[in-house]
Amino acid sequence: MNAPAASPTVSIRGVDKVFPNGVRALDRIDTELHQGEFVTLLGPSGCGKSTLLRLVAGLSAPTSGTIELVPGGDAARLAFVFQSATLMPWASVEANVRLPLDLAGMPRAHSGERVRAALALVGLPEFAHAYPRELSGGMRMRASIARALVTQPRLLLMDEPFGALDEITRARLDCEIRDLWAQQRLTVLFVTHSIYEAVFLSTRVLVMSPRPGRILREVPIDEPHPRTDAFRVSERFAAWCRQLSELLAEGHAEERIVQ
Amino acid sequence: MNAAAVRYLAPFAVGVAVLLLWQALVQAYDVPSYLVPSPLLVLHTLMQDWGLLSASLLVTLRITVLALLAAVVLGVLVAFLFVQSRIIEASLFPYAILLQVTPIVAIAPLIIIWVKNPTGALVICATIVAIFPVISNTTLGLRSVDPDLLDLFRLSHATRWHTLVRLRIPSALPYFFAGLRVSSGLALIGAVVAEFVAGTGGTSSGLAYQILLAGLNLNIPRLFAALLLITLAGVALFLLVTLLSRRALRHWHESEVSASA
Repeated sequence: MNAPAASPTVSIRGVDKVFPNGVRALDRIDTELHQGEFVTLLGPSGCGKSTLLRLVAGLSAPTSGTIELVPGGDAARLAFVFQSATLMPWASVEANVRLPLDLAGMPRAHSGERVRAALALVGLPEFAHAYPRELSGGMRMRASIARALVTQPRLLLMDEPFGALDEITRARLDCEIRDLWAQQRLTVLFVTHSIYEAVFLSTRVLVMSPRPGRILREVPIDEPHPRTDAFRVSERFAAWCRQLSELLAEGHAEERIVQ
Repeated sequence: MNAAAVRYLAPFAVGVAVLLLWQALVQAYDVPSYLVPSPLLVLHTLMQDWGLLSASLLVTLRITVLALLAAVVLGVLVAFLFVQSRIIEASLFPYAILLQVTPIVAIAPLIIIWVKNPTGALVICATIVAIFPVISNTTLGLRSVDPDLLDLFRLSHATRWHTLVRLRIPSALPYFFAGLRVSSGLALIGAVVAEFVAGTGGTSSGLAYQILLAGLNLNIPRLFAALLLITLAGVALFLLVTLLSRRALRHWHESEVSASA
């Protein structure tokens, strides 16, 4: 499970992204995403990690370079989880989760079962008829994840999904994502600025530096799965965190020299 | 006393106190009714002239409701047109503002001359007065869509139609209703003002015409009674629109959620 499978499902080759206002968001990004991996983009805000995620999703186009999604691979069926829950406030949880299926034209007779299954996966079955405003932040994010899972994706793109949540809720949702990734055999590309989150979840961490966004180093987190709460407080965990923290600090120092 | 009771009782008490004071002052100083009629006399006149005044009320209400419906239909259509492209909005929006700032009393005589049907002319005048809040609020609402939700629709390969019906229109509803509340009052004002202009030509028999006539005849109690009916009609219309807005938004929008909780 830990070793990357041979076949890349996303190939990112020499990708630059320059925004219309002249800001260079990404600079020569080269990496691959393999089936079954949990890859995390780790970096301070403004390092272009969210931009890279949007490029992979096809929500925007690179200025130069290519992003290849291997046909028939996991990337052919991707789902996106946004930074905020991004639920339609006027629709019930059930209707929100069903939205991608409705838009794909799936008849209600089929979609009903899929929606129930997705809500069960995130532990929200009894909140199907609640409205988003009646839910806590963590529950809203669960509904948002259910909406991504309902399409039965193979590649899950997550843009700092738990950034707005409190530490306790975040740790719990990290465990749920860990389980979903293992059970559903997903490929995940995850954006975060939390070192702890990156170490706990990832098979591989891409440490990024800001302005322009570059990949400083790829760090495979060589630890067995499933990772437990005991791992969170282990010395090995602390060692990984220290390593990533030092890399981020180096990137920061470099940035100052460049300026 | 709880908050709900205060909300209803306090304004009611103020109203009753003002009416009592009014009645007392008119009686104490023996003010002639052609200057200031007492509240009781106004009420008496309202009941006595009910046949005449209620017929006029229906005329005014009919024009108001037709104008409000026209303002909603046309205003929403224009808003849809505006959000199709920035160029369309940029080219036409100044003229929508022109519509808003032109005093209706200045153009009402023209419209009454041009349009043969008197009711039609008055409805057009009132529509011109009422349409702008619907246009500007609905346009703003159709544009105020959560960009992440738009991305989600794009990722789901949603059609333009689906994006409109399932995302843009629901997002615009709170803005639309805020505009509708303003427009409902404006439609009534537009109807009354247009009637005033037309009334001198004897083309209508709405409440404004009754006010005009009562003023000329120094029948001040009837003038007050007609005025009271216009005010009550405006309040009723506002309450109706508020109720509609609450029914549409109560499950999700902050403005109505807190009001009904």
